Amino acid sequence: MAIEKNAPAIELINVSRRFLSPTGKSLTALRDFTMTVQRGEFVAVVGPTGCGKSTTLNLVTGLASPSAGEVRVMGAPVKGIDPRIGFVFQSDALFPWRTVIDNVMAGPLFRGKAKSEAMAAARDWLARVGLSRFEQHYPHQLSGGMRKRVALAQTFINGPEILLMDEPFSALDVQTRVLMHEELLRLWSEAKASVVFVTHDLEEAIALADKVYVLTAGPATVKSVYTIDLPRPRVVADIRYEQSFIDYSRTIWADLKEEVETSYARAAA
Amino acid sequence: MTDAAIDIRAGAFKPGTSDAEIEAAAAKASQRRRRTVIFWRVAILVAFLGLWEIAARLAWIDPFFYAMPSAIAQRLYEWTTEGTSEGPLWYHLYVTMEESVIGFVTGSVAGIIIGVALGRNRMAADIFSIYIKVINSIPRVVLAPIFIMILGLGLASKVALAFVMVFFVVFHNAFQGVREADRAMIANARILGASNWQLTRSVIVPSAMSWIFASLHVSFGFAIIGAIVGEFVGSRYGIGLLINIAKGSFDAAGMYAAIVIVMVVALGAEYLMTMVEDRLAKWRPQPLHETQ
Repeated sequence: MAIEKNAPAIELINVSRRFLSPTGKSLTALRDFTMTVQRGEFVAVVGPTGCGKSTTLNLVTGLASPSAGEVRVMGAPVKGIDPRIGFVFQSDALFPWRTVIDNVMAGPLFRGKAKSEAMAAARDWLARVGLSRFEQHYPHQLSGGMRKRVALAQTFINGPEILLMDEPFSALDVQTRVLMHEELLRLWSEAKASVVFVTHDLEEAIALADKVYVLTAGPATVKSVYTIDLPRPRVVADIRYEQSFIDYSRTIWADLKEEVETSYARAAA
Repeated sequence: MTDAAIDIRAGAFKPGTSDAEIEAAAAKASQRRRRTVIFWRVAILVAFLGLWEIAARLAWIDPFFYAMPSAIAQRLYEWTTEGTSEGPLWYHLYVTMEESVIGFVTGSVAGIIIGVALGRNRMAADIFSIYIKVINSIPRVVLAPIFIMILGLGLASKVALAFVMVFFVVFHNAFQGVREADRAMIANARILGASNWQLTRSVIVPSAMSWIFASLHVSFGFAIIGAIVGEFVGSRYGIGLLINIAKGSFDAAGMYAAIVIVMVVALGAEYLMTMVEDRLAKWRPQPLHETQ
């Protein structure tokens, strides 16, 4: 038990993942991929578009399984979908035919909680993301930023110990995105979850994370890992003007740029 | 402010026109547009019927084959007041409706259940798809004599025909709707903790609903076709029988009158269906009304 307790939240050990293309060809998305996420740690994963960033998350959820290597969550190998995991999607994954509160209640209800209990918890989470007034609205009646906040409440209500985020804010405008960053950091500091945040936006990664993993152009493997030593709590709106942030940004970009260029050249070829 | 998108053209209003005045003008314009639409709809109908009547009376077309609107109206009036030669009109209509509704309900329920089941199970879908294609390639109306031979002249044979007319349409749409369900949404539900059954019930079926409804709209019409063709081939009651008898006695007006009755019923059903759908689909964004 003691060993279990100290085990990292997520370990990917020499993981490879191959797909079959529709024509029957084997494609490698991940190759010898190794990553460790400690409990309560915020890890960001950056890499060129289409390199296989999202695949890493699917392996952790159990929606996909590795072709080689091992994926461990809380010290145990992944078998199926782990209830301790929460996932925030890039696209709108809310249920459009349900009202805001019914969307937030979905998790607890799926997990067999009583309706009254789920309702109370959903009210609480909607208050925390500032959407109490919109309980009875349908998703299409909300702005993109509000829908994302519903998605966060929907995920956090299950009390995930591990939070996986797949470019969650990439569809939002810049101002809304900064607000969402603040919101996320606040919720994260309360919930003490381990986070893997996949993004193609380097500044977003540096502003949020404790560690930034840079991936190579596909098939993806870890190119380098940077520890971001910026003090918390961070004010995302201001942090980007600090010298240390700019230094991190410049160093990591130099590294990432090569991969982006490789990926671009390949796509053009 | 209205939600509707209104294009306010430059120069349409003098500077200093208040919002209230602009809105009033827009409301007026939208009403005018609605009136124009209704006017033309009525005008085209009147012109069509008028031309038909005149053409028949002046013997440009032979009224023996083509009847004329006044004769059809006369026949409808007789049927409703005095009944048909085969008994009261209402009874025939009732029989046809009973057959159509039972065929429609059973056909669509079966179509939805089997469509969703096969949509969720790729292996079963691959196995059965060939048989469904084969059966689907049979023109449905040729089954009418077979059903009548097996199930007799009564209700069962007509219901069976209406059922097969409806089933495949609804089945295909339900199947497709399930296949088109958003993958992120499904993944989201599973990670939130949905079991397979919960996933089907609260994510897959609702998201296939707009596909299913699209098929329900046309398939009530198909159910009526099934019932009427069945009656036409062999029955003791029903609108199809009236058409058959009118045909046997070269009563063109009678045939057209029966068609008018079916048209009215089908339109009424369509209207009801739209109402139900609007109620169920209140989560969908309202289309912007064009008011210009």
